Amino acid sequence: MSIAEIPIEDAAAIQAGRHEVGSEVFRQLVRSPTFLIGAFILLVWIICAIFGSSIAPHSPFAQNLEGINQAPSSAHLFGTDQLGRDMLSRVIVGSRDILIIAPLATLLGTVLGTVVGLVMGYFRGIVDDVLGRFVEAFLALPVVVTGVIALSTLGRSNLVLIVVIGLLFTPLIARTVRAAVLLERELDYVAAARLRGERSPYIMFVEILPNVFAPIMVEFTVRLAYAIFAILTLTFLGLGVQPPSPDWALDISANYGVVPAGYWWEVLFDALAIATLVVSITLISDSVQGAIEG
Amino acid sequence: MVRFILKRLGFALITLWILSVIVFLLGQVLPSDPGRSILGPLAAPSAVRALDHQLGVDKPILTQYWHWISNFPGTSNQYQAPIGPILTSALGRSLKLAIFAFIIVVPLGIFGGVVSALNAGNPVDRTISVVGQTLLTVPEFVSGIVLLVVFAVALGWLPVTATAPPGSGFFTQLKYLILPVIPLVMILFGYIARMARVGTIEALDSDYARTATLKGLPRGVMIRRHVLRNSLLPTITVIATQTGYLIGGLVVVEVLFRYQGIGSLIYNAATQHDIPMLEACVLTIGVVYMLVTLFADILFSLLNPRIRLKAAE
Repeated sequence: MSIAEIPIEDAAAIQAGRHEVGSEVFRQLVRSPTFLIGAFILLVWIICAIFGSSIAPHSPFAQNLEGINQAPSSAHLFGTDQLGRDMLSRVIVGSRDILIIAPLATLLGTVLGTVVGLVMGYFRGIVDDVLGRFVEAFLALPVVVTGVIALSTLGRSNLVLIVVIGLLFTPLIARTVRAAVLLERELDYVAAARLRGERSPYIMFVEILPNVFAPIMVEFTVRLAYAIFAILTLTFLGLGVQPPSPDWALDISANYGVVPAGYWWEVLFDALAIATLVVSITLISDSVQGAIEG
Repeated sequence: MVRFILKRLGFALITLWILSVIVFLLGQVLPSDPGRSILGPLAAPSAVRALDHQLGVDKPILTQYWHWISNFPGTSNQYQAPIGPILTSALGRSLKLAIFAFIIVVPLGIFGGVVSALNAGNPVDRTISVVGQTLLTVPEFVSGIVLLVVFAVALGWLPVTATAPPGSGFFTQLKYLILPVIPLVMILFGYIARMARVGTIEALDSDYARTATLKGLPRGVMIRRHVLRNSLLPTITVIATQTGYLIGGLVVVEVLFRYQGIGSLIYNAATQHDIPMLEACVLTIGVVYMLVTLFADILFSLLNPRIRLKAAE
């Protein structure tokens, strides 16, 4: 048997094994009540994000200057805001922007972070030291502060928001991937690939990457929760999603000034919507972590 | 030990220098026109050029970097006043808020984590973990606004702003800070409890804990003397690294509750494009973060003989 034959058979066996692990994780998730509750809440918000305009009783943009700041009633279950817009409709449609921006930003950060982490962990030495210092310098600044600076400079659009959050998450994700790669690179299959004369990019992306996929998945779900956190916070500060989009954080930012006057419904339902969304992501990420790490 | 501290100090200085370069370069690429922004849109171009020259923004980049560092913190464009006094008084106010938050959350978080670890795997542990994890991801402005609606507006127990009238006594000031502190506490609780839990579980699993149990030590004594001493060490480091997060949280809480701390200072500087102020604030945060983590590392090694001995070798 030549050397070249072994990896192919092994690869098939490993593929099959991996497939089994994947379906086992799935079976565990479906049985976990935390996951089911989280998935259910998230599903409700996804449905609102996609079909929001048809579900909402009013247009989220329709102003009614004769019915401003109205308390919740049968006509407006969640009341109306300072422009007389129906809060229930704005809460329903408000799920859309955050559910588009947050996953895209997290995906960008995960892809870039994985590449940087693979390079740092695989090459180690000087590359790792230099990149490591930069990662550390960046970590000294809170995401919100860097985000405020970047967005107030680069302009305020959803695209900029995605890129900024994605880039800010890159060093954090890189650190996790690097730690996982450091363990993998000492294993025999990497040495075997090197002996076969494979190039470094092949070893990194074809050999090591599939084996560090589980920690990357966990990292993605955890970071998604933080992305939602960061994006909503930046929007609250006036630097994220821009008016007149119906957005939960934006509505709170626009209306919290009138809370002392007693118009609590203009912020409370948005706040509760945010809370349920982040709780659902947390429940999901918690159970994914539990299922993968056992 | 001295060598260990010197090495850590060296690393901190290098990281700080990199941070200062990043901050400075950021200030360079930010599209700002200092002369124009001070003099306003109607000023003559020659006057703008003259002021730019006076400010030194037309000099080579290395000269400017040196000028910036040697004159740190410099003058604010927005206030037309030296940054130093503004920054220190804002930092002082934020420090009040931060210390208040830590005094509440550190014992609470450690207690939650240890209780969670002692009940590892059962419903008590699951509840504390999920609650902590959830608190961790609810943005401060969300919990802040709910607290504001309930305790300041509906019940009227607490004030809606964070700034007490000038000349108020200690307890009045404290009363104004209660609502702003709670959102910070909620988030920090999650982190600290999680770390205390992990540390305690590791210590409970250790050989020395088993030996202590086998030699017949009561569980309470074993936990106090052997487990907690070891498990709380890593928690110190975590608490220190949360300083970075805390400053981000301060931005939001200070804006929401209209409190003149370093968070709202950064926010105003960024949105008003006051570059010198922004650079000074960001570098100050970096220095504070480095100092706190350095202090935690040294404290950690002083308390932990294993690291102390390893460093001495």
